[in-house]
Amino acid sequence: MKDDPRIEVEGLRKRFGATQALNGMTFTVRPGRVTGFVGPNGAGKSTTMRVVLGLDAPDQGRALVGGQPYRTLGSPLRHLGSLLDAGALQPSRSARNHLLWLAHSQGLPASRADRVLEQVGLAEAARRRAGGFSLGMRQRLGIAAALLGDPPALMLDEPFNGLDPEGILWIRSLLSSLAAHGRTVLVSSHLMSELQDVAGHLIVVGRGRVVADTGVPELLATLSANRVTLRTSAPVAATEALARAGAIVHAKGADTVSVSGLTGEAIVTVLNAGGVPFAELATHRATLEEAYLELTRDAVQYRGDGGEETA
Amino acid sequence: MRGLRVLHAEWTKFRTIRGWVLGAVGAILASVLFLLAGTASTNQSSTQHTQDAATLPVGPGGEAVNDSFYFMHEALTGDGSITVTVTALTGVLAQEPGHTSPGITPWAKSGILVKQSLEQGSQYAAMMVTGAHGVRMQDDFTHDRAGLPGRPSAASPRWLRLVRAGSTVTGYDSADGVHWTEIGSARLAGLPATVQVGLFTSSPAAVQTSGSRGGTSPAVATGTFGHAALGGPWARGSRPDRWQGVQVGGDAGTSGSYAENTSGAHTQTGSGFSVTGAGDIAPVVGGPTLGPAYAIENFLVGTFAALIVLTVVAVQFVTTEYRRGLIGTTLAAAPGRERVLAAKTAVVVTVAFAVGVVVAAISIPLGRQRAHATHFLVFTVPRAVELRATLGTGLLLAATAALSLALGAVLRRSATAITAVVVTTVLPYLLAVSGVLPAPLAQWLLRLTPAAGFAVQQTLPHYAHVLTVYTPASGYFPLSPWGGYAVLSGWTMLALAAATLLLRRRDG
Repeated sequence: MKDDPRIEVEGLRKRFGATQALNGMTFTVRPGRVTGFVGPNGAGKSTTMRVVLGLDAPDQGRALVGGQPYRTLGSPLRHLGSLLDAGALQPSRSARNHLLWLAHSQGLPASRADRVLEQVGLAEAARRRAGGFSLGMRQRLGIAAALLGDPPALMLDEPFNGLDPEGILWIRSLLSSLAAHGRTVLVSSHLMSELQDVAGHLIVVGRGRVVADTGVPELLATLSANRVTLRTSAPVAATEALARAGAIVHAKGADTVSVSGLTGEAIVTVLNAGGVPFAELATHRATLEEAYLELTRDAVQYRGDGGEETA
Repeated sequence: MRGLRVLHAEWTKFRTIRGWVLGAVGAILASVLFLLAGTASTNQSSTQHTQDAATLPVGPGGEAVNDSFYFMHEALTGDGSITVTVTALTGVLAQEPGHTSPGITPWAKSGILVKQSLEQGSQYAAMMVTGAHGVRMQDDFTHDRAGLPGRPSAASPRWLRLVRAGSTVTGYDSADGVHWTEIGSARLAGLPATVQVGLFTSSPAAVQTSGSRGGTSPAVATGTFGHAALGGPWARGSRPDRWQGVQVGGDAGTSGSYAENTSGAHTQTGSGFSVTGAGDIAPVVGGPTLGPAYAIENFLVGTFAALIVLTVVAVQFVTTEYRRGLIGTTLAAAPGRERVLAAKTAVVVTVAFAVGVVVAAISIPLGRQRAHATHFLVFTVPRAVELRATLGTGLLLAATAALSLALGAVLRRSATAITAVVVTTVLPYLLAVSGVLPAPLAQWLLRLTPAAGFAVQQTLPHYAHVLTVYTPASGYFPLSPWGGYAVLSGWTMLALAAATLLLRRRDG
C-alpha cells in the first residue's frame, strides 16, 4: 500500500434522478506529482471523490485506493487524506477537538493533532471554536485533517476556495512538497489558473467523463494556440508564401494575419526569401487557461443540449 | 479494535460539545426540580393516623403490609391442630357518613390463624371464608390459595382446619367435617415454639372503582363460628373460653376503617363465638386503599423531564452531523456504517443510563426526606424492588436515548425527531398517569407505545387477592415492569434496525 498509493477510478457511472452525474469516469492518479482534476462546475469532480471515499455508491464501476476499495481500509485516514467540504464542522467544537476525535478514530495520538495544526499554521487558533473561523481558516483546518494520518495519498476538493493570495502560494508549495516526497496528490478545481505552476499532470473532465488525461508540458505543446500575429502591408502575398511553407493562416484585419504551425524564426525566413515586407511579428504562448478552455469547449457545447447539471 | 476506536472518537465528539455535557447535567436538575414541586404539599390528615405516619408494617418479604384485624387468641406451644366450623359471614358498609347498611366487601375475611406473634408483619398461616372468593388459605401476606367456593350459611357451613408440625402449617377445608381436602402447606421458618392461635375477622374498606382514582368507605365484618376444637399437644391445657380478644395493630390500618359506632368485638354464641372486625391481613397496594402516601415512583416523577432533555441531546448528536455535512467526514474516517451507529448509540446509552441512575439516587432519598417532613407515609418496598426502580430509571432513559438517536438518524431533522419521541413516549405517559384519559385507553397506550417502559419504575405491587383500583392513574401499569420495558426496547430495536438499513442504503 505505502509503495503504490495510486488512486484508480474505473468506468464510474452514477445517476441522480434525471441527471447523469458520472458517465464512464476512468483515470488513475499516480504518486510523485500533483494531479489537477479540472472541469466546469457540475462536471462530476466532487461526485467522483465521494465515490472514491465510499460516501456515494456508483451505479457501475469501481474506485480503488492502493488497490483496495476505500471502505475496506483499516484506518482509512492513514491511507488517503481527504478534504471534501471545509464547512463540514460542528461550529461549537474547537479546531483541536475536531482533529482530536478524528485522531482517536484512527488510533492516532493527540500529538498528531497538534503537529498538523502547526503544519497548517493554526496552532494559535487551536482552542477557538471552528464556527468562528474564516473560510480560509476552515480550508486550513480541513487540510490539517487530511494530513492527520500522514497518508501516502491526498485528495482535496477545491482547496483554494476562500484562500487569500498568500494562502494560495502556501498551499501550492505544500502540495508540491507532498508530491516531491512521493505522495499521490489529487487536487480539484474549476479554475485552471489555480493549478498553474503546481500541477504536473491534468485530468480534465466534463459531463461526467474524462476529456483529457495528460501531462502539462505535452498539453501545452500540442495546442493549436501557439500562434504568431503578423503585421504586413502585403497580406495576400504573405498568406500565399506561408501557406506554401505549410502554415495555417487566417486574416485578422486589413494588415494583420494570424499564423499557426510555424515558429517565429521559420516565418521570418519564409517571408525574407519571398521578398514579402512585414512590419511586426508577435509570438503568443498558450496558457494553461487557454488550453483548458479549448479542451472543455466541446464539453460545454455538449452540455448545451443536455439540460441542467448538478453543481 | 476498530469498534473501540470509533467508540473513542464518538465519545470525544460528545464530550467536546459543552451544550451536550450541560444537557446531561441539566437533565438531572430538571428532574429534581419536578420532585421538589411534586412533594411541596403537607399531609393535613396525618394526625388522624394513630400509628407513626412515616412507616408501614413490613412483612417477612420486606414488603409493606396491612396487619390489622380482630383476633381472639391463645398462646400455644409445640405442634397441634385447630378445627372450627363457620356458619355465617356478614357485615355492614358505611357508604354515607353516619349511615350503615348490610353488606360485605369481597375480601372480608374470617377464620382461623396461626401467627408468630401479635407484632404486625409477623409470619402467619390462616384458613378463612371470604366475602366473595370462597374459602382461602393464605400465609405471609403474599400467598393465597383457593378452597371451597361460596359463602357459608347455617345450612351449608364451612369446616376449616390448620395443623402445625414444626415450621410447617397445613390447611384443610371440608363441607361436612368428614371429607377433608388439603388446600396447601406453608413453611414458616421463623415460627417459634409458642405461637398465637385463634379466631380472627378482618374487612378492608369498600373500594369505589368508578372514577380513575376511586375512593373508599368503612366496612366491618362478622364471622360466626362453632366450637373451636384443638388437637394434639395443643389440646392439653387450652381454654378457649378464656381466649383474649385484641385489635392487632391498634386500629384498622391504612386499608380499613371501622364504621361509626362499631368496633372489634367477640360474643359467645352457644358453644362458639361471633367475631367482628375491620382491617386487613394483606400486602399494601396503591390506589384509594393506600390513602395519602408516597410510593418510590412518585419520587421519580421528574424522570420525564430528564427524558425530554436527553432526547434533545441524543437527537442532536446525530442530526448535527447531517446539517453540517459532518457525516461525510465521520464516514470517511470510519467507513463501517453499523459501527458508527453502534458507537453513537453506546455513547448516548451510557450517558443516559448514568443520568437516570443519578436522578434516582438523588430523588429517592430526597423524596423520602421531604415525605417525612410533610408527614406522608412512604410505601415500603423490598430492597431489590427499590434497586430495580433505580437501575430501571437508568435503563428507561438509556432506551429512550437510543430510540431518539435512531429516529434522528432516520429522519435527519432535529425538530421532527424530537417531536416524534415526545409524542410517542412522554405524551402517552403523562396523559395516562394523570388520569386525563379513561382507564382502558390509558392502559392500551401503556401497552403499545414506548411509554410502556415507564413501568420499570413501578414499585407498587399488584395482588389478585387485594382489591384496589389498578389503573395508571393510581400508579398501576398494565404490563409488568420488565414487560413494559420490553415494549420500549422493542421500539428502540426497531428504530435502530431502520436507521442501520437506511445508513447502509443511503449515500453519504
